[in-house]
Amino acid sequence: MSIRTITFDAIVVGGGGAGMRASLQMAQSGFKTALISKVFPTRSHTVSAQGGITCAIASADPNDDWRWHMYDTVKGSDYIGDQDAIEYMCNVGPEAVFELDHMGLPFSRTEEGRIYQRPFGGQSKNFGEGGQAARTCAAADRTGHALLHTLYQQNLKNGTQFYNEWYAADLVKDDDGNVCGVIAIDIESGETVFFKAKATVFATGGSGRIYASTTNALINTGDGVGMALRAGLPVQDIEMWQFHPTGIAGAGVLVTEGCRGEGGYLINKDGERFMERYAPNAKDLASRDVVARSMMMEILDGRGAGPDGDHVFLKLDHLGEEVLHSRLPGICELAITFAQTDPVKEPIPVVPTCHYMMGGIPTNVHGQAIKLSGGHEGEDQFVNGLFAVGEVACVSVHGANRLGGNSLLDLVVFGRAAGLFIEDQLRQGMTQYEPTDANIDQALARVRRWDESTGGESVPALRKELQSVMQNHFGVFRKGDLMAEGVAKLADLRERIAKAHLEDKSKPFNTARIEALELDNLLEVAEATAIAAEGRTESRGAHSRYDYPDRDDENWLCHSIFDPKAKKLGKRDVNFKPKTVDTFQPKARTY
Amino acid sequence: MVTSVTSLGRNGLYDWLIQRVSAVIIGVYLIGMLGYLITAGDLDYGTWKALMSCVAMQIANTLLVLSVAAHTWIGLWGVTTDYLTGLTFGKAATGVRLVAQMVIALLLVIYVLWGLVMIWGGA
Amino acid sequence: MKVSIYRYNPETDREPSMKEYEVDTQGKDLMVLDILALVKEQDQSLAYRRSCREGVCGSDGMNMNGKNGLACITPLSQVAPGVLEGKKPLILRPLPGLPVIRDLVVDMGMFYNQYEKVQPYLQNNTPAPAIERLQTPEDRAKLDGLYECILCACCSTSCPSFWWNPDKFLGPAALLQSYRFLADSRDEATEERLSRLDDPFSLFRCHGIMNCVSVCPKGLNPTRAIGHIRSMLLERGI
Repeated sequence: MSIRTITFDAIVVGGGGAGMRASLQMAQSGFKTALISKVFPTRSHTVSAQGGITCAIASADPNDDWRWHMYDTVKGSDYIGDQDAIEYMCNVGPEAVFELDHMGLPFSRTEEGRIYQRPFGGQSKNFGEGGQAARTCAAADRTGHALLHTLYQQNLKNGTQFYNEWYAADLVKDDDGNVCGVIAIDIESGETVFFKAKATVFATGGSGRIYASTTNALINTGDGVGMALRAGLPVQDIEMWQFHPTGIAGAGVLVTEGCRGEGGYLINKDGERFMERYAPNAKDLASRDVVARSMMMEILDGRGAGPDGDHVFLKLDHLGEEVLHSRLPGICELAITFAQTDPVKEPIPVVPTCHYMMGGIPTNVHGQAIKLSGGHEGEDQFVNGLFAVGEVACVSVHGANRLGGNSLLDLVVFGRAAGLFIEDQLRQGMTQYEPTDANIDQALARVRRWDESTGGESVPALRKELQSVMQNHFGVFRKGDLMAEGVAKLADLRERIAKAHLEDKSKPFNTARIEALELDNLLEVAEATAIAAEGRTESRGAHSRYDYPDRDDENWLCHSIFDPKAKKLGKRDVNFKPKTVDTFQPKARTY
Repeated sequence: MVTSVTSLGRNGLYDWLIQRVSAVIIGVYLIGMLGYLITAGDLDYGTWKALMSCVAMQIANTLLVLSVAAHTWIGLWGVTTDYLTGLTFGKAATGVRLVAQMVIALLLVIYVLWGLVMIWGGA
Repeated sequence: MKVSIYRYNPETDREPSMKEYEVDTQGKDLMVLDILALVKEQDQSLAYRRSCREGVCGSDGMNMNGKNGLACITPLSQVAPGVLEGKKPLILRPLPGLPVIRDLVVDMGMFYNQYEKVQPYLQNNTPAPAIERLQTPEDRAKLDGLYECILCACCSTSCPSFWWNPDKFLGPAALLQSYRFLADSRDEATEERLSRLDDPFSLFRCHGIMNCVSVCPKGLNPTRAIGHIRSMLLERGI
């Protein structure tokens, strides 16, 4: 087997916020770092984040405290977020956000010249006792765009080596399971190359495209999760999928929670502000899982609007044109384009839409990937050479439900943390694991399988089918028998996808080949989600079951671990030992 | 920053300024001349000659000739560097552009000298 | 409805050609990107870039019935009125002025090079405070209409000055970003930035044609930004 090998100290796979924050850290320290991204970095999905980055920088409230933010996040996670990780994120957060300002991120400002913060769902002061907080730092409603461009600019300045429009296909491991790098395809030329590195950092983002209706970009196909699962590595809490309350009905395009932060609210077809019934205190700013479920209940009870009664409305017109155009200009554009609705005059039709993968590759706060000694059970072990940051990782700071604005914080804090850690490890001398030709060959098998396919079903049709299975069997509300049916359908799809056909085998910019490789990843994520969802016999956070409607702390106050080899679901302990504050004990979760 | 290019004014700003200032001079001259022609009534050779011989008019004419030359040069230099490039002429582009620019420059030099002789020659 | 798409695969085609497709939208006024997805279901060999499908990532800039724009936020009724009634076809070509890699995918290298040339990052050598650098809302407002650029290249590839000198003229997108940093109260490199723009090409090749303004999918105005830079150069130069 002879393919070209390119060697670096560290490679980052994925050019979104987390990947570029990690690569920036390493490039600044002078180590040979490459960033491999299947799209030009500013096309990554971080660009779509709107509302902001939640962090206790004490601008809106000078007395704000990161511990209050920590409390909210633990409660939001429905108590299966790791408290040491949440502590780290909330505590280090302000430093990471100020750095972004110093890098040039154009945050909106207060009269005092400080960063503007808006209220978001699930935020409180004084450990839930002091009312609604305003903790989400914003650049109008284009925070993700501003953040991603700022990070790209800084990487340019610091000389990161970019491999843009290169697609990472699979991990390369040695015989002992240590990670040596990845196989990647140069999309423009079609060449397949082995990227060898001491540290491989996955920052491949989410996988929202396993659902038919999602706010996620078309590129969010779970490539990192797919690669990890194919390499036999486990994923954690993968059944936890956040449905964002306000996706534009029909189009799936996101409408930021910041709309409700600025004073917007949801109404049903009768014009009733129904969240007052479901969350008397926080109302429309309850956490996302609560709001999404409430909306679905309104719709299922026949109070949905439209000819099919399948959506509710987000009312903003009472905020006035000036506020809408200065604070939410992007939303006004999107609503006009995708809902033919001007929010200044009419409410926007919205429906809960798949938005975020809380689960992923289990890691510690340094981004080191973790596996269990016995596959789905046993002791934690590090996967040598592999790191994960951002949405693909499950540190876990989001647990069973992520709070709005915490994803951007997650990716800068842990992108930075992984960069710092790897930098330090490289300085101390990190091992470069050497693969054999057979190891590389094995990693190439999948690419070859598609290239040698001669007949079978087409990729777009199979993808559509997979997405509808996930949508219909693993949505906001879940049920045992329905999920079992879904699992069976996915097993059938696995067989068919293994025999599917790639018609166009040309080399230059062959997007059909990329879509075929992405389909394999979608399947891996979908199957893991399905088996984990069926296995978690309780309702917690975003995972809500008709047949097990209550939270079951006795059996399930833990992470789920899906082992792809045995296709079994195991359990892993949640960390309840923060270093500097007292443990937040599980309580009933109301808003 | 694009270095190793030459035009009239050492840099982009001065070229830009010269082009605007020369345009204003040409404009003012044309309007003034038009106004004169309309209001002057019957013109004979004597009046015309007297007008052209007064110092103020000689200065104005000199400014006009120089402005037209500068304006033309900057404008045509722009045109040649837009259209006579590698995109249209490949490797020969530099040669083609050089010849074109030299022809333009030569014509402009002749035009300026001839103009100055006419204005100040006093014949 | 009929779609006519520019096709070129360097591996098999000696020269580009337009290929006709028939797509059934069931009478719906879809976005152009939706049409491309439908075509790709029929013919998987069609190559185009796409990512966010909501007009913020800037991947799918292309030329639609003669005008540059983003396929994902351009409805059929807007780009080609009458196309749904079969009165005329939807015509899709790659962005003009850049080398075509395959079908609707162009090589953006020259465009990105010009972006990098303006040093598109904040430069400030004053030691940073423990919190953010303060900025008044008024100073921050100066960045509105500048920082929103998504680097889709619709503007630069519609600019004749960029067509003729893509290596020397920075183009509207890069100049807009240049001004984004010149206008930022936190940036200290004004003098250096200006001195790098003061040649006959980098900025001064802008002749105010304003194609950039007419095509910008985000409604930005690069011509105005270029005018602001020119004023700054004037103040500094005389």
